[in-house]
Amino acid sequence: MGVVQRVMGLGLRAINRIAGSPLLDRLQLRRPAERALYHGARVGFRGAAAATRTFKAAQSLGRPLRPSRGAGGSGLFDLTPSEEQLLLQAAARQFADRELRTAAATADAECQAPPSLLRGADELGLAALGIPEALGGVGGERAAVSNVLVAEALAHGDLGLAFACLAPAAVSQALVLWGDAAQQARYLPDFAGEHAPVAALAVQEAQPLFDPFALRTTARRDGTDFILSGVKSLVPRAAQAELFVVAAQLDGAGPALFIVESSSAGLTVEAEPAMGLRAAATARLHLGDVRVPAAALLGGAAAEVYRECIALSRIAWSALATGTAQAALDYVIPYVNERSAFGEPISHRQAVAFAVADISIELEGLRLTTWRAASRADRGDPFAREAALARRLAADKGARIGSDAVQLLGGHGFVKEHPVERWYRDLRAAGFVEGAVLV
Amino acid sequence: MIHLETPSKFRALVEQAHQVAAEIFRPNSRRYDRAEHEYPKELDMLGALLDGMNASGVGGAGAAGVRRESAHGEGNRNGTNLSTALGTMELCWGDVGFLLSMPRQGLGNAAIASVASEEQLQRFAGRWAAMAITEPHCGSDSAAIRTTARLDGDHYVLNGDKIFVTAGARAELVVVWATLDRSAGRAAIKSFVVEKGTPGFELVRLEHKLGIRASDTAQFALRDCRVPAANLLGDPAINVEKGFAGVMQTFDNTRPLVAAMAVGLARACIEETQRLLKAVGVEIDYDRPAHAQPAAAAELLRLEADYEAARLLTLQAAWMADNRKPNSLQASQAKAKAGRACVDIALKCVELCGSAGYGEGELLEKWARDAKILDIFEGTQQIQLLIIARRLLGKTSAELK
Repeated sequence: MGVVQRVMGLGLRAINRIAGSPLLDRLQLRRPAERALYHGARVGFRGAAAATRTFKAAQSLGRPLRPSRGAGGSGLFDLTPSEEQLLLQAAARQFADRELRTAAATADAECQAPPSLLRGADELGLAALGIPEALGGVGGERAAVSNVLVAEALAHGDLGLAFACLAPAAVSQALVLWGDAAQQARYLPDFAGEHAPVAALAVQEAQPLFDPFALRTTARRDGTDFILSGVKSLVPRAAQAELFVVAAQLDGAGPALFIVESSSAGLTVEAEPAMGLRAAATARLHLGDVRVPAAALLGGAAAEVYRECIALSRIAWSALATGTAQAALDYVIPYVNERSAFGEPISHRQAVAFAVADISIELEGLRLTTWRAASRADRGDPFAREAALARRLAADKGARIGSDAVQLLGGHGFVKEHPVERWYRDLRAAGFVEGAVLV
Repeated sequence: MIHLETPSKFRALVEQAHQVAAEIFRPNSRRYDRAEHEYPKELDMLGALLDGMNASGVGGAGAAGVRRESAHGEGNRNGTNLSTALGTMELCWGDVGFLLSMPRQGLGNAAIASVASEEQLQRFAGRWAAMAITEPHCGSDSAAIRTTARLDGDHYVLNGDKIFVTAGARAELVVVWATLDRSAGRAAIKSFVVEKGTPGFELVRLEHKLGIRASDTAQFALRDCRVPAANLLGDPAINVEKGFAGVMQTFDNTRPLVAAMAVGLARACIEETQRLLKAVGVEIDYDRPAHAQPAAAAELLRLEADYEAARLLTLQAAWMADNRKPNSLQASQAKAKAGRACVDIALKCVELCGSAGYGEGELLEKWARDAKILDIFEGTQQIQLLIIARRLLGKTSAELK
């Protein structure tokens, strides 16, 4: 297949996106023979889409717009989603079943989500969900629970692709929650528009025992500007991203969030393919003395803003883990019923049946814990503890469920004919990654 | 709208139950743990208090709370299943043994509340009822019971032996499971309300136990014990289609309550361990990742996560019962999770606190002993897993044994 055909295959939008990048290199590097090079040594690939968009401030509204807190409701215990949430969930489920699940294996192998699928996610308006109407979005109330339900539904299709689809929404969400009027006016209308920018929230760093409250990426003041330096890890769709929100340790003020446009000098992207999450084209984001203006500081470096960001991302990852674990349960049930050994279905053995029961128990516990954390966030109650508990369950039970799902399929679980080995890889990430998705 | 907090209308009740647990249960815990088989007189006045709470319609810790109310109106309901679960959690934060010894709150009362006719409800109202299912040769396999009931005029004649009857010595009534026809299998198993003092109904002995010593556990012998036919709970006909389902249905309502006991005990362990560890400078930081904290804090975080999952599973099962949704699966999930989590939590808390937790100076060691029964009675861990697996996999008990 020639280069031209390959380009056509990618679609016009994709071509536009990579117009300013070393296009030929990129396409050559896509060849299997050179994939190792692509993965291992693609340093210096500078914000591919940087030239495609200039963010222009719309008329600032003078004050930032925030989603309203959900009304107190009846005060009753309730596990029933609202009508609107059920609709959202159904739309996300349909998209996940039709698009994500079918594209998952290829996207995983190629470390890239199909552009048409990402366009579909844009059309779903994932990044516009939380944006207030006055800025062109469709959001009104704080909707962490809705976001949890959507993340769960998407991850039921595929976690890696769900991650890719939801990555830009993390940035729009951060701007909605913590942006000032000027920041919101500059960026949010684009997210609400038809061609939402690719964007990523970069918190994770590649240190063992990584602690998001002890970052190695630093921000130092230089006049009114900030100079950012450090390396961010597992940043989704980084090579295409036009906008980042980056967590860095601000001298004297602790960890803080900074808006970094991909055209900024000193920004380089290095592919970082990993055990899982591969469809999100994860990469390291190198910040080599990147200068950003004072206006890039998000949320005024307030400690509670950063804490909230970390807790919201943990809830989002827990929701992704829940959806993936549900996919695993739904997959192993028919498998163990159909697979025969020693003259009867293996599901007739307690060792097998109990493993399925355990998956369902821990999955449901994870789901409820995640829901509770999100519903507290929606009402403005403290939720760091609940988010931490959901994260713990996502890490412990999520990985266990991934492992048990493979085990239940035996050798067949280990090969790529079945999706469980991918879930095994993806579920490991959902228990530790910080940032990158928000609810 | 998804909202998983304690409903505001039950907050007063939860607070009341908490006061009882803190002021009456905890101060007496050790005393009755040592004086096994001695009746905790302090509970008498509490029984009266609970009767009042139940009469007010909000439940609280009452076994009567498990009755499924008839439908009235659309929309979300928070009823007696949920309030009873919440009350049970609070009281068992105090002492599981005492909760099991609460007058008129026995499992027999739950069975009566679940399946009795209106006439029976009135006749047995206000009386303390224990439950007798287990026999020396069978526990989980309750379909294998050998106690027989033979119709003779307007009485049933019961013969057999019953063990592990919680509150058996103290209760006024015992709900006894017996079979009308051993050859007819599960469908022939019925429950009978046997009054204390009925000739041929003999208390054989009380058990000495690992934990929940404040609660008496009795063995009974039934020898040509004549029980009025009107004391049979539910339908006297042997209906092969649904026979056993009737008595088993009680469990859909009582399992979330036993799960609630486990949740309450687990919280007691976690809070006490947090208190003891704080005194030596270890506290959970919910913001920082577990691996960036002391190992003991990380361990506590893990325990607390399991506790939260168990608690929410329990509330879910109770909420479904209130809203008349089929909840067998969720009831067993709650019971399985809470049962194993509370044992794991209690034992780990003792380990973390070392001899400070192992000694009788604190209640941790007692709670760790009490915990184990919660993963056994009202359906063992293994039975719950069987129920869950059969439902998920669409298997019969003949296929998945």
